[in-house]
Amino acid sequence: MAKQFMKGCEAVAEAAVLGGCRFFAGYPITPQNEIPEYMSSRLPEAGGIFIQGESEVASVNMVYGAASTGTRAMTSSSSPGISLKTEGISYLSGAKLPALIVNVSRGGPGLGSIQPAQSDYLQSTKALGHGGHRLLVFAPYTLQEAVDIAYDAFEYAERDRSPVMILMDGCLGSIMEMVDLPPMKELSNQNTQGWKVGYDGVKRGARMITSIYPEAGLESNNKNSAAMYKKWQEEDVKVEEFMLDDAEYVVVAYGIAARVAKQAIMQLRGQGCKIGLIRPITLYPFPKKSFEKLNYNNIKAFIDIEMTIPAQMYDDIDLLVRGRAPIFEYGRSGGILLDDDGVTDAIKKVTGGQA
Amino acid sequence: MNKVDIVSKYCKGCGYCINFCPKKLLKMGNERNMKGHFFPYIEQVEKCIGCQNCVTICPEGAIEFYKEAQDNG
Amino acid sequence: MMEKIYSRPNCIVPMQSGYCPGCLHSTATKIIAEVIDELGQGHNVINVLPVGCSSMGLLYWKIDMVGSAHGRAPAVATGIKRSRPDSLVFTYQGDGDLAAIGLAEILSAANRGEKFTVIFANNSTYGMTGGQMAPTTLIGQKSTTSKKGRDAETAGHPIKMCELIKELAAPVFVARYTLNNPQNIRKAKQGIKKAFQYQLDGKGFSFVELLTNCPTNWGVEPLDSLKYMEENTMKYFEQKVFKDEEESK
Repeated sequence: MAKQFMKGCEAVAEAAVLGGCRFFAGYPITPQNEIPEYMSSRLPEAGGIFIQGESEVASVNMVYGAASTGTRAMTSSSSPGISLKTEGISYLSGAKLPALIVNVSRGGPGLGSIQPAQSDYLQSTKALGHGGHRLLVFAPYTLQEAVDIAYDAFEYAERDRSPVMILMDGCLGSIMEMVDLPPMKELSNQNTQGWKVGYDGVKRGARMITSIYPEAGLESNNKNSAAMYKKWQEEDVKVEEFMLDDAEYVVVAYGIAARVAKQAIMQLRGQGCKIGLIRPITLYPFPKKSFEKLNYNNIKAFIDIEMTIPAQMYDDIDLLVRGRAPIFEYGRSGGILLDDDGVTDAIKKVTGGQA
Repeated sequence: MNKVDIVSKYCKGCGYCINFCPKKLLKMGNERNMKGHFFPYIEQVEKCIGCQNCVTICPEGAIEFYKEAQDNG
Repeated sequence: MMEKIYSRPNCIVPMQSGYCPGCLHSTATKIIAEVIDELGQGHNVINVLPVGCSSMGLLYWKIDMVGSAHGRAPAVATGIKRSRPDSLVFTYQGDGDLAAIGLAEILSAANRGEKFTVIFANNSTYGMTGGQMAPTTLIGQKSTTSKKGRDAETAGHPIKMCELIKELAAPVFVARYTLNNPQNIRKAKQGIKKAFQYQLDGKGFSFVELLTNCPTNWGVEPLDSLKYMEENTMKYFEQKVFKDEEESK
């Protein structure tokens, strides 16, 4: 393990390369610019291919092409760019192609702000394009977590033959932290040799990568996907449950918001407040069990803290709490960052009964 | 002597071969293939000059062409 | 004893194509398949298919194929060729796919000098979707979205892709052919063969435009569609080799 002081965007890019990424296509958009910038020199060094596409639309389709040859391919962007890529993401899912998509999100909607925000939760977890496909969506809250997730992202993608998303935000993308970098993975094509196109020295039947099928074929693909999403729910949920055993108040937060919330929780715990945190690390599949196993006799309230207004995770929490406790939300938006005092005051309003 | 063989199952009755045969040897038949298309037949194949216009213009590649093997005796 | 001189190329399936009777997409597919067979590349070729009538190639070709989103074939092909430089990669696109929604993709791929071949079937209509006006629809030519004929005032002029692409520095072969009669089909086939050979030699980006027809959406008999091409399409779109790196040396 090599310790290195790195910037978020660069750390996730490096981890992807160490995890086997050998193709990147992307387009400039703040705040993710350091990912293509880093990849433009790092990937060729690692024997990979870097292309700056003419648009996000072209870039995600270049990833589609590279992925169809069994190459570990990745793209990154920020909010508006991800919107442009959702057609391509739908095609990647429909064509059963593995890929890594990183979104370093910013204020929205529209051109929004180039400052950080968490305004893409709904897009990422409900509809990254038409057709009803879902992606494994990981939300790291430290650079080490981002590195570990990016390092193994392609294992998930190739296992499921599906694109995978890492949802960061402009803060995580820009801060610098010490990270432990894992070793460079040995590449093997045993996951992809059964379906990838391109002659490999052995004459075989023709192969097809496509997302258009006769109706019965498409339905059967969709049934397989439905089963896969169920399996994700059972086996791939990642969540941090922090100080929940005796909690009367439960904060729900992910990514950078969870980091800020944790400070406030520890401070309030110091003042005798029984408060804990559910921190989804996979936003999809959502950590349902963490809510189901709570003892609702003790729970006085939930506080959904996100760097977006209105809160976008609210409905998913509401679905699980089912009215057994009130749910409050607190957030900043438009690129304004959450801060300790703001979060602490918001929680105190709830615990003090004035919310 | 040349031989033109129309593989009728591929034909869609577009009529190109009939139009482009310089010797006008192809005629539309009144039999239908499996897909319901009429397909042409060749008359007086001995007049065929082997230009292969029919072979080239056929969008379906339905016309096979044979040539007398050179007598290399 | 009769020696077989010609029979259908073996890198297409032994079934009728999905194209309409007399449709030159079928002819284009046939001559590309013949070239692939003649170059012995059937095992090494990857065809990137667009969205449009030519998507029916998915059911017709017996080679590796990658279906791309509408207009994105050159981007998909970029990802493929960069990852598999030894594969023979080509896109086969219609005018809506290439010259409308995919204009940025084709010009950028050409400008980057991506080392694959683009074959562009220009039949001045959107065939699969029922005959709407395309970027290449001629002035005065009727379509379901230009019922009184294309009006330059509101819809501009038919776009000349070869003339655009030949201006770029990187492309090594840019040519337009027409498939309206046997002689021109043979010329087109030689052009495609040269484009593929340049690719196999790693020379660079090649672009072959083929003037084709659409009997169904032009509302004419197949033979009349060829006549329409001669009297209209072929008058507006000049057939020639616009750029050939070999010749210019």
